[in-house]
Amino acid sequence: MKVGTMATQASVVLVDAVRTPFGKAGSMYAGTRADDLMVRAMRGLLERNPQLPLDQIDDVAIAAATQTGDQGMNLGRSASLLAGLPNTVPGYSVDRWCAGAMTAVTTLAGSIAMGSCEIAIAGGVEHMGNHPIGDGLDPNPRFLAERIVEQDALAMGATAERLHDRFPHLTKERADKFALASQMKTAQAYADGKIQRDLIPTAARSAELGWGIATVDEPPRPTTTLEGLSTLKTPFRPAGRVTAGNSSGLNDGATAALLASEAKALELGLPIKARMVTFAFAGVEPEVMGYGPVPSTIKALAKAGLSIADIGAFEVNEAFAIQVLAFLDHFGIADDDPRVNPYGGAIAVGHPLASSGIRLMLNLARTFEEKPDVRYGITTMCIGLGMGGTVIWENPHFGKKA
Amino acid sequence: MTSIVLPEGAPEEVVTNALVRDVDLSAFGATGTLALITLDNGHDHTRPNTFGPQSLMALDTAITEAISRKPAAIAITGKPFIFAAGADLSALSFLSDRSQAVAIGKLGHDVFRRLDECGIPTFAFINGLALGGGLEVGLHCKYRTLSATAFTGLPEVFLGLVPGWGGATILPQLIGPEKAVQVIIANALNNNTMMKAKDALALGVVDSVFAPADFLEKSIAFAASVLNGSQKIERVDYTNDPSWDAALATGRAIALKKFGGAEIASPMKALELMAASRTSTRGAGFDAEDQTLADLTMSDPLRASLYAFNLIQKKRKKVEGAPKAALARKVGKVGVVGAGLMASQLALLLVRNLKCPVVMTDIDQERADKGVAWVKNELAKLVEKKRMSAESASRLALLVSGSADQNVFAGCDFVIEAIFEELSLKQELFKKLEKIVSPECVLATNTSSLSVEKMGEGLEHPERVVGFHFFNPVAIMPLLEIARTSKTDDATTATAVNIGKELKKTMIICKDAPGFVVNRLLTRFMGEITDAVDEGTSPEVADNAMRSIGFPMSPFELLGLVGPGVGLHVAKTLHENLGPRYRISPTMEAMVKEGIKTFYIKSEDGSVVANPAALALIHKGDSPSTAEQVRLRALKALAEEARMMLDEGVVSTPAEIDLCMLMGAGWPMHLGGILPFLDREGISDSVCGSRFHPAGVASLPSK
Repeated sequence: MKVGTMATQASVVLVDAVRTPFGKAGSMYAGTRADDLMVRAMRGLLERNPQLPLDQIDDVAIAAATQTGDQGMNLGRSASLLAGLPNTVPGYSVDRWCAGAMTAVTTLAGSIAMGSCEIAIAGGVEHMGNHPIGDGLDPNPRFLAERIVEQDALAMGATAERLHDRFPHLTKERADKFALASQMKTAQAYADGKIQRDLIPTAARSAELGWGIATVDEPPRPTTTLEGLSTLKTPFRPAGRVTAGNSSGLNDGATAALLASEAKALELGLPIKARMVTFAFAGVEPEVMGYGPVPSTIKALAKAGLSIADIGAFEVNEAFAIQVLAFLDHFGIADDDPRVNPYGGAIAVGHPLASSGIRLMLNLARTFEEKPDVRYGITTMCIGLGMGGTVIWENPHFGKKA
Repeated sequence: MTSIVLPEGAPEEVVTNALVRDVDLSAFGATGTLALITLDNGHDHTRPNTFGPQSLMALDTAITEAISRKPAAIAITGKPFIFAAGADLSALSFLSDRSQAVAIGKLGHDVFRRLDECGIPTFAFINGLALGGGLEVGLHCKYRTLSATAFTGLPEVFLGLVPGWGGATILPQLIGPEKAVQVIIANALNNNTMMKAKDALALGVVDSVFAPADFLEKSIAFAASVLNGSQKIERVDYTNDPSWDAALATGRAIALKKFGGAEIASPMKALELMAASRTSTRGAGFDAEDQTLADLTMSDPLRASLYAFNLIQKKRKKVEGAPKAALARKVGKVGVVGAGLMASQLALLLVRNLKCPVVMTDIDQERADKGVAWVKNELAKLVEKKRMSAESASRLALLVSGSADQNVFAGCDFVIEAIFEELSLKQELFKKLEKIVSPECVLATNTSSLSVEKMGEGLEHPERVVGFHFFNPVAIMPLLEIARTSKTDDATTATAVNIGKELKKTMIICKDAPGFVVNRLLTRFMGEITDAVDEGTSPEVADNAMRSIGFPMSPFELLGLVGPGVGLHVAKTLHENLGPRYRISPTMEAMVKEGIKTFYIKSEDGSVVANPAALALIHKGDSPSTAEQVRLRALKALAEEARMMLDEGVVSTPAEIDLCMLMGAGWPMHLGGILPFLDREGISDSVCGSRFHPAGVASLPSK
């Protein structure tokens, strides 16, 4: 009788990450299928890493918050086949709402660490034009009847207002200022050519206009001003603080990342953009879901044996400005700390729900490359129904000369 | 550009719009923008983009718009799955004035050539089907990419036209005369073969092939690489290539062979244009194309071709006189009586398409087994040729079985007999089968000339008897004649039509009459030739009397294919049933008696010569005819017989007769099957007192 060998824990690395340009919901991608966006991101990722033999990919995990129609049919498998991966490569689908792609990454990382997988593709897509937020949901009446959650928990904008309620010193003015900075930083990053290199040009057809190619994000508004922001309506409550200007929009887009065990990456000569230290997800009251990144980060730091002072780079998803501010406030970080979202964030480029987790990672990878003095960074995001997720990464370039 | 008003009666043009958008090339490593023109008629892929006058004007406007944006490059692509399927042919049949035809040709050139002459690098991103004028737009561009799953080709010569929007002039210079002859002549005349992407790449028709998943992105990256100089596409100057004469001669030989030695205008004119392209300027080539296109467009053969093409397309989908499809009964098991070659071919065809149990019987188990083994061996051959997966073959092989006991037909929904052509045998068989199968089971016969009606006589359920007549080889010949007796009911006919559809056959439904349609006409036609020989005409004169018409083979070549035995048998049956105009040739009888199978044989040096053994058997009369006399009597016989068939109600429309001759006899499209040719030769008028088709339907409109 043979005795099985326990897998030993492997180091997990981010080899590469890319995304399609993000669009406004139902705008430049109105005539493009969600699965085609996902396929495009995957093929762009593989094209950038030609030394990877496709048959060595062990698994594919793709996220979407709404898994029906062109986001149904098990995207992990269907997008793999459509992308031309060999049919020997398996795939599955992941859903943790906004943290879908992040969860695809962490779940695959678990498999890689476990040794059951050496190379994998993680991805996320959301076509909010084809799948408006909340479309087709059927919340159990018990949620409200038994007061499991309050009504506000089911509308993301309302949860952001609730955060303002909880932290009155985090004012609308501070949120607007943060939003403006996001737009400005994004505009600067575009001007410096820092965003474009990870965008995969994506064909998008419009029946009225013909074929076009998306090469840049559609949502950014570089001409935003504080005055302009101050006049916007607060759609979630009268005299509220959350506006379309200090929130992320409704968007279409896809992201994809290549993960590997460090040993396999080295063996195949694949680049290493970030090394995963650990990750954690945590829950909070669903009414203040935006607070989720605080407990998930505390939990992840504890696992890693690090403190917030050890983190030199932050990519915090900007679902709402208030949610980032609450996070920074908790950890005593300034609203305009240059370590936070240096290329702007979702308020400017958009937040196609389940895809955003990987966008944070590709931004962090860019910071790592630019700042070899930074050793650790985190990507973190809030998640509907009261959760947060945090991944801590180590800079593989740390200590190298800039 | 001046717009063209379509002639009266022409259907309204489905306009292909040309939409222009800018693509930023900086994301692809080049500078500036690419003006991307999308061709899109607003319909899905089932209604491909085409170019009529308004579509050409729309493209012209788009090119102007693109140029005005001062782009680094201009590219043109299609809608999903379709680039462009070529000229909008629907108006051609209505042109009554040659100048209109010249104008349409010229408009196409004037618009397309701007892509070559605008001074900006131009690209065709052929994302899907590109045929004829669709491919020609691309040929005017400086560079071409093609989607890996797209098909492309120049089918003009197949249709009786020439690639006259630049194809005949540009292609030989682009890929050389040999390959151009392959595309323009050989492919077109080989049942309109389209090029797969890899073929188009190998021939040099396109510069690069990309997977469809990101075809457009890759194509733009290709354009960028050409623009920034990282990729160079070399072109060869074929002007002084030594292969010109041989290539053109090959093209000519292919065209002659296709039409039984006749010089048919479209391939000959295409070859002339290609030959001229060697030395003339493009402009002169285009002018010549305009004239040739106009000549062809204003000719009866082209009108007949268009009629035939539309007829084939239409009747492939809708069978004239078919009962409601809903009446068709489900077919879950079929039987084939007989296990000889014909029966085995039927069993193979049935099992491949119906994918249900097929049982074969013969007089002993050994013969039945032999038939089953033949089918299984054919399936294995398909696997070997990679035309079928091993799994499909094993699935189908398990569905075929053979027995000497006809009780295996129990439970069949459809049984077809292919036993010896002897009425009494078939009558006896059907009576026996009726005791085994259900009252609804269709009893079909593949007889070529016996009375289906008589086969059903004395049956309890004659309403389920139907003629189901294939042409040899059954897997390839597209026609199926379904013959109804006076008793055949609609459910039976509907079931037969449904099976025919599953078998992917083009069908006509005819009255049960001797020889149905194709054999009746062919036998009458052949009879006139053999009669002429029997009367003393030299076989050479008689057999070559119709060469110039363009039939695929001469009467005696056809006889060799069918076999004198079968030919004589059919002639005898028709003689008995239709009267003495079907004569029984003593020469044929002698050939069958002596076992001479062919009139022509291959001599030792490979050339085809008359078989001396056959020549020796000729019954020589003393009233020889001239070639012209033979030609006329044969054509008159066709007209007379066709008229009789229509009067008898064998089929209800002349179009069905044409369809039969196109699909069952392989008669060429430029004859429109046959009746348009008889009309334009004045034969119909002289024999029947009137045309079969009104002027303008399959011919030029009357002046």
